[in-house]
Amino acid sequence: MNKQDKELLHEINDSFNESADAYNIRKNGKGIMRKVNDYISIVTKEDNSGIDIYVKENTLFGIVHIPVIITESGLTDVVYNDFHIGKNANVIIMAGCGIHNDLHKTSEHDGIHRFYLEEGSKVKYVEKHYGEGKGTGKKILNPTTKIYMKPNSQMNMNSTQIKGVDDTIRITKAELEDNATLEVSEKILTTGKERAKTEFIVNLNGENSSVHVTSRSVAEASSYQEFISNITGNTKCYAHVECDAIIKDNGQVKAIPEIYAKNVDANLIHEAAIGKIAGDQLNKLMSLGLSESEAEEVIIKGFLK
Amino acid sequence: MLELKNISFKRDNKTILNDINLTLDDNKFYCITGPNGSGKSTLAKIIMGLIEPDSGSITYNGRDITKLSVDERAKLGISFAFQTPVTFKGLTVYDILKIATGSEVGKKDACNILSKVGLCAKEYIDRELNSSLSGGELKRIEIATVIARSPSVSIFDEPEAGIDLWSFKYLTEVFKELRSKAAGTTIVISHQERILAIADAIILLEAGKIKTVGTKDTMLNSILSTDCLKGGENE
Repeated sequence: MNKQDKELLHEINDSFNESADAYNIRKNGKGIMRKVNDYISIVTKEDNSGIDIYVKENTLFGIVHIPVIITESGLTDVVYNDFHIGKNANVIIMAGCGIHNDLHKTSEHDGIHRFYLEEGSKVKYVEKHYGEGKGTGKKILNPTTKIYMKPNSQMNMNSTQIKGVDDTIRITKAELEDNATLEVSEKILTTGKERAKTEFIVNLNGENSSVHVTSRSVAEASSYQEFISNITGNTKCYAHVECDAIIKDNGQVKAIPEIYAKNVDANLIHEAAIGKIAGDQLNKLMSLGLSESEAEEVIIKGFLK
Repeated sequence: MLELKNISFKRDNKTILNDINLTLDDNKFYCITGPNGSGKSTLAKIIMGLIEPDSGSITYNGRDITKLSVDERAKLGISFAFQTPVTFKGLTVYDILKIATGSEVGKKDACNILSKVGLCAKEYIDRELNSSLSGGELKRIEIATVIARSPSVSIFDEPEAGIDLWSFKYLTEVFKELRSKAAGTTIVISHQERILAIADAIILLEAGKIKTVGTKDTMLNSILSTDCLKGGENE
């Protein structure tokens, strides 16, 4: 890895270093560094581009890093990563993709991640998407996440994309069995002419399964965002979807909520709020001595924290 | 010294303030009171720059500040506690106190400020400034942001509005403390007898005009015999 690679990697995963327990680093479509241990193994797929990550049952405090960096203009990288989380294992997965594109061709990364959580397992999944570079070439990231949760499993997904990605379609699909809990927190900031579409499709199939989605986004300049959530409650279950967006300049945000209760004991809630920064918030911070632009920055930074 | 000259303000063809002339001295505690709709909150907001008057001028220590923005007035030492505390997603009590003090104030100092408004600092310092806090808690934090600035002019817009009786009792103590220790001019918009009783001078507004200005001894009885202390919200 050269200096630019390391900087790009730091942008998407500042907790990574080579002494980490387990990792697989992919650069321009190829794995370049890998480390495994007794509890976490990483195997290259034979039939497809990508890896299988196996976390042994009862693993405690496992951490695995799987960052992707793209520095080659014009490259389209499609990768299939499957995570097999053993019974009662507890693991943190740090993922993400950084694109540096200084030229005029489009660079694209489509990461298809599938999670298979066995009974009682717990996963914290952190992904960060980032684009940079002076060229006119577009930086496109299309992550798809499919989550299959066995009884009593828990997953916490934390995804962030702050500026620099021209176009993104982010799809998250989940199937939950009894007592499974999924928490998703998504933060997006788009600027310029960037476009971001994010879609959550969750089926609550098991009794007492629950999902909580929190999406906070900021659309500034002439950017456009679309938030779609589609939650189906097939049994006694609970869902709470919260979509909050701040719009600035000519930014546009469209939120399409869909909740479908197919059982009388399904309790599904969707909240969506879109608007510019409240005038009284600006006034309050200005009354504490901040200029209008400083106040705006503080509000947005806090909102996306 | 803060001087308001010929301040008038109309909205929707209705006169809210009509030719207000007022001089507020340093190191004095003023209460502005009056019936609902008399223009009290509007006057307070005009001093802070939150509302621009249609005519008239405001002079602070000899400088005309009529055209200054809210943040410029804040930098001159004018501070304002909002009647309805503003909430922020993602900002903590500690964050807002850091902004208020204008420095990287340590947690210990921030806790000291919170304890001045009767909040057990450890429980609150890292809480988000959102609706999970009660009205009384938000109000005290709002007042703490003003105290944190050690302002030369502090304006409190109906500090008693929207809080429970227990919190109100404590609030009166906070203002008594402010009156005895704080330097500078304090202006409190209030309907409450207990707060009026602390004031050096009471300004009675009626229908957008100053009816009388006087000491609490001369004013309190006559005000209490009118119906202008009946509680109310924004005007």
